[in-house]
Amino acid sequence: MMSMLAWIRAAALALAFAAALALAFAAAPALAQEAPDALVKRVSQEVLQIIRSDPLVQAGNEARIREVIETKLLPHFDFQRMTALAMGRNWRAANPDQQKRLVDEFRTLLVRTYSGALNQYRKETIDYKPVRMGAADTDVTVRTAVMKPGGNPVQIDYSMEKLPEGWKAYDVIVGGVSLVTNYRDEFNEQIKSGGVDGLIKTLADRNKGGAAK
Amino acid sequence: MRAATRAIAAAVLAMLLAGCALGPTKSDPFEPWNRAMYAIHEPIDDNIVRPAVQTYVDYTPRVIRLAISNVFNNIDDLFSAINGVLQGKMDKAGNDFARVMLNTGFGLGGLIDIASDAGIERGMEDFGQTFGVWGFAQGPYLFVPLFGPTTVRDGTGTIVRIYLGPVGYIPDVPVRNSLYGIGAVDIRAQALEASSIIDKAALDRYTFIRRAYLQRREYLVNDGKMPPVKEEDE
Repeated sequence: MMSMLAWIRAAALALAFAAALALAFAAAPALAQEAPDALVKRVSQEVLQIIRSDPLVQAGNEARIREVIETKLLPHFDFQRMTALAMGRNWRAANPDQQKRLVDEFRTLLVRTYSGALNQYRKETIDYKPVRMGAADTDVTVRTAVMKPGGNPVQIDYSMEKLPEGWKAYDVIVGGVSLVTNYRDEFNEQIKSGGVDGLIKTLADRNKGGAAK
Repeated sequence: MRAATRAIAAAVLAMLLAGCALGPTKSDPFEPWNRAMYAIHEPIDDNIVRPAVQTYVDYTPRVIRLAISNVFNNIDDLFSAINGVLQGKMDKAGNDFARVMLNTGFGLGGLIDIASDAGIERGMEDFGQTFGVWGFAQGPYLFVPLFGPTTVRDGTGTIVRIYLGPVGYIPDVPVRNSLYGIGAVDIRAQALEASSIIDKAALDRYTFIRRAYLQRREYLVNDGKMPPVKEEDE
């Protein structure tokens, strides 16, 4: 029974630390040539620092937490690519206007989800694995492990791509669970039953505070 | 215990045969059945299990909860070591055996996880993963009320694990049942944070949990060596 459900334990920490995905990308104007692993380390350390020291964040002040996420983390994510990944082959079935609304709603959903968990992560430390990459690489995975006192380490990997403005993350894989592609089945179902507009409506309703079915 | 095992095995077999009759589908051929099971599970979990487990977390000192987790983890580590050997992963198995010896011998019989403090990682292997490494596919996805997500392969692994004990071999029935209960609460407590994230993240909790479970298990079987997902997959 224990072994069977060991994944739940890991997934608990893991999904919780999806918050750390947020953390992991906070901070500072990206230097265009900053290496992806250096970027992950700098941004995550800055956000951890804020979480540990900012009284508003610790008190769970939603506006402040959202502000931290918006200013520190979001600039380092490619939400267009994330949304396309979550949509899979349905992405091309959406017109440019639908695509734009999907990106907006999906970004809001992710921010909403992980802002709630942000202020809980104070005692965690992050172990950074060096990235082995060539000078010409434009797509790498940065591997980290979040160590929680008294808990199992949670592997958090960032899929990163090189863009003109610097490296950006397009997926976060927490203990093997891709936060982006985990939405594929759900998006598929929504599109099957209500089309792309149905999916946009479902996302918008969720973001306005509606509950999951 | 044995009768129960046999009953579950028969049920699994029946479902497998039903699956064959339905013809090939993707990972969740029994989705209507599973959704019905999830519909039974969810209100019980939301209204009874989660509040009860939350109370346990709120009113039990952290040290005690940690010690309880450590004891169960220590037993799991032994099984992880065995599964490491079965998969030919001698490094991992060695780590797990070392963990069990350290924690049992010097960690007050497993109450304290000194092996983790010493930096010896848990192998986290189980029978479901061993079957996977041996080449068995996951088989149909199953959602079991109160237990959670599993598959035919992983569920078989769980049955093997429960059968091997050690809790099932404790002759005193109240003690045995108490230990099963504590073990279940311990597991559910670890997943409380995940539950609250799923509440916020999921459009449809059933689908979200299924995908996360299957991804997680595939990742564990492959020891984290996974190709990145691309746009055109699926």
